Amino acid sequence: MTFPGPLAPWYDFRDLSNAVERLLSWLSDIGPDWLVYVVSAVIGGTAIFLFVAATAVANIWVERRVVARIQVRRGPNRAGPWGLLQPIADMTKLMQKEALLPRAGDPVVFLLAPILAFGPALLVWGVFPFGKGMTFVDLNVGVLYIIAVTSVTTIVLFMAGWSSNNKYSLLGAIRVIAMLLSYEVPLVLALLGVVLFAGTMSLSGIVAWQHDMRIWLFLVQPLAFVIYFICATAEINRTPTDIAEAESEIVAGYHTEYSGIQFGLFYAVELVNAMALGAIAATLFFGGWWLFGLDRWIPGWMIFIGKVYLIYFLLIWLRGTLPRLRIDQLMAFAWKFLLPLALVNIMVGALEVLLWVEYDLSAGLVLPVFSVVNLSLAVLLVVGWMRFMAFPFHRLPSRARLVHDIPVVAPGAPAGGAA
Amino acid sequence: MTKLIPGSETAARIRAALPDAALEEAADWVVVDAPHLVAVATFLRDDPVLDCRYPTAITAVDRLDHFELVYYLSSLQRNHMLILKTRALDHEAPEAPSVVPVWYGAHPQEREIYDLMGIRFSGHPFLKRIFLWEGFAGHPLRKDFLALPGGQKPGLAHFPKE
Amino acid sequence: MPELRTEPLVVNFGPQHPSTHGVFRMRVVLDGERVVDVEMAMGYLHRSMEKLAEERTYTQNIPFTDRMDYLSAMTGNLAYCLAAEKLAGIEVPERAQYLRVIFAELQRIANHGMAIGIFLNDCGAWQTPVMYMLREREKILDLFEMTCGARLTTNYMRIGGVSFDIPKEFMPQATALVEELPDRIAEYEGLLLENEILQARARDTGILPADLAIASSVSGPVLRSTGVAWDIRKADPYCVYDRMEFDIAVGYQGDNYDRLLVRMEEMRQSVRIIRQALEQLPPGPFKTDIPLALRPPVGEAYARIESPKGELGFYLVSDGGPTPYRFHVRSPSLLNLTPLKEMTVGQTVADLVVTLGSIDINLGEVDR
Repeated sequence: MTFPGPLAPWYDFRDLSNAVERLLSWLSDIGPDWLVYVVSAVIGGTAIFLFVAATAVANIWVERRVVARIQVRRGPNRAGPWGLLQPIADMTKLMQKEALLPRAGDPVVFLLAPILAFGPALLVWGVFPFGKGMTFVDLNVGVLYIIAVTSVTTIVLFMAGWSSNNKYSLLGAIRVIAMLLSYEVPLVLALLGVVLFAGTMSLSGIVAWQHDMRIWLFLVQPLAFVIYFICATAEINRTPTDIAEAESEIVAGYHTEYSGIQFGLFYAVELVNAMALGAIAATLFFGGWWLFGLDRWIPGWMIFIGKVYLIYFLLIWLRGTLPRLRIDQLMAFAWKFLLPLALVNIMVGALEVLLWVEYDLSAGLVLPVFSVVNLSLAVLLVVGWMRFMAFPFHRLPSRARLVHDIPVVAPGAPAGGAA
Repeated sequence: MTKLIPGSETAARIRAALPDAALEEAADWVVVDAPHLVAVATFLRDDPVLDCRYPTAITAVDRLDHFELVYYLSSLQRNHMLILKTRALDHEAPEAPSVVPVWYGAHPQEREIYDLMGIRFSGHPFLKRIFLWEGFAGHPLRKDFLALPGGQKPGLAHFPKE
Repeated sequence: MPELRTEPLVVNFGPQHPSTHGVFRMRVVLDGERVVDVEMAMGYLHRSMEKLAEERTYTQNIPFTDRMDYLSAMTGNLAYCLAAEKLAGIEVPERAQYLRVIFAELQRIANHGMAIGIFLNDCGAWQTPVMYMLREREKILDLFEMTCGARLTTNYMRIGGVSFDIPKEFMPQATALVEELPDRIAEYEGLLLENEILQARARDTGILPADLAIASSVSGPVLRSTGVAWDIRKADPYCVYDRMEFDIAVGYQGDNYDRLLVRMEEMRQSVRIIRQALEQLPPGPFKTDIPLALRPPVGEAYARIESPKGELGFYLVSDGGPTPYRFHVRSPSLLNLTPLKEMTVGQTVADLVVTLGSIDINLGEVDR
């Protein structure tokens, strides 16, 4: 899908790709092809890396302040005005700590794990359309690429847990493998529902589909969004599914033995992954950089980052509010609750697309109908399946019973019962 | 109010059921001899009138030439309490039977008495020191542990202004 | 085909751990995630208080009782003073008894707020419930500080009464707190008790059957959660509890959720008691004069109270001298830990931590 229109002047920062396009077209005039390729790779890679680093640093502050507000306290407000220098203080502290290396573990694997964990967090940002032409690499299998890259995290976390030579880490690593594998399946199926409607796996293609149909894919596939959100929360080990690094039980799970900047890398990876979740959801379900025409005045990349932060706020909200689930409850949730829902979602979605294509109906007529049908189906399925599967806790009493007098058996009468 | 069953009443009921248990009675408690302790304890727990199924506190006192084991037993349903005592006569290596088969709540309390007083309980399933480490020399709560020579006590001999 | 050899995993939930409520060690044998055996090792906080107390006078021992259960110091003081008064036959004036009741119940609310918050921390809610419940605890600690000068180790009760009378700022602030607390407790109940994740974690885990609870000397909210209606404030009233109108909270099957319910409801009943005590507070002396070195007659006494953790009892033996001959604490936390193995074997590691949190132990009291 291409966007017609003349090349805007390079200083038009509503679309940062203008400057790059200018530069590249000038270069292709004067130099060989490989120079254009290398220069665009360097510019794009540096931009992505700077963006990810800046995000990781900024999110430390955002997360701590927002979680603190949910917990009726203020959050860091000492280091700089409103605590804005707190991330710098944190990073400096972590960098100057001794990075311990357990001798009896596997030192090479131990050192590699945080670096390899940062890899997928960085790689996944390459395919997002930040603006109209602002994609680093516009792969036509973007969704597949995202899923493949984020699956690498599983083995990396196990590497971290195993090489620490620590039983807590081993417990955390075992839990991580089980959980991440289980939650991959509904996640892929949920994203498949999106791809069914958009007809393409390219991320900018999906945004263009939403732009053309003037509808958010969230409205057409609400169940897919819910399933994706829950599965991705589990994939990045955030509460309520952070059983792998449950602080109150296994100290810190797979990153117990890490200190110094290695721990800082794991911490940054968690934050960047949360933003990546937001970016995927924003692109696939909420229209990416497009917001019903608002992108004529506000630059597309600002809209995109705004949406990402809104979803990130939702993640922080979940973290501050909910307790965590136990590992067997999490696995049961993935396999018995999310997977059937995802399958039903795909079947219904495929049926709808078939009807649409087969009878050549107009989009304006069909999409609102599909939205209504899918929304109500989502609500019905979630509530109904929950009623069917879940333990009827609401029937058990949730208040203690009150006794006014101690029941005392009179002397002489036979005692009976347990008390 | 919880009624404290006087020693005479307890002793009467014990004698009625177990005639050969040697008892001494005091106003508030009954002293039984160590060989009959478990039998008396089982009787006190199973008797429908006394019904002492709840061991409130089990402790020991160092009486300088013997050790005195004190058992505060109560019944929740009847809201009464009675006191049972026994003596461990050898002060150097005292021994007593364990009541863990009768009340499971005696488990940590007897371990504590073994740790701090040195009384060995025969029949205890897991008699190890609970607060101090294995290899600690001595039993701290005995009166002669870290005692000053000549029976002196630390601190002032008398208080000023009295 | 080589033989597959499996061995169970032995993990030390060691003295340093975010969730063992102090320095407490559990040696857990795991088969995957299932707990096969739990062995408790305590004594990391053993300060030999029982031995130290034999060389100090009865009044000098009162600060020791603060530091046993350091999160509910008022009730520790109260139990000891009751035992010493029973031993020496000292009468306590009525105003002092009412003040004792007020402060004991305030301490109960503070303790249960902390206990419920820490329990939810163990369940995984990252300190959010603790922060909410600590708001009320801060106001209660302000009341303590204005009366006796200390927030945590209060050293407030004396043998024969209390050490200070309440200042004039106490009544308005306490009355305001008592007006505000029922709404707050209702807010916490609404936020916490209906949460599905909490119910999935806390229901049907750590079940303690009632007959095992009784045979194990379990007391306090843990005993009441199993369905046994036993509260020393009703069964064996001390101070002026027999003039107070309140109910006791009883659970259903002894799982972690029932303990949470019992503690939540006890906070509300404590508010009732404080309100009545504040209204009925009579004027008069707040302590009786006792000699500096109290010499009770030869004998022994055992006095017990319903502390927030359970039945706290002091067994004092006197030989006529100024110092106790034997000072023994019947510690509720130690005895509540007795059935820990039976409560947790067969469940997962996560449940072990949550169960330990729901028993609400305090290591100062376990180890003394």
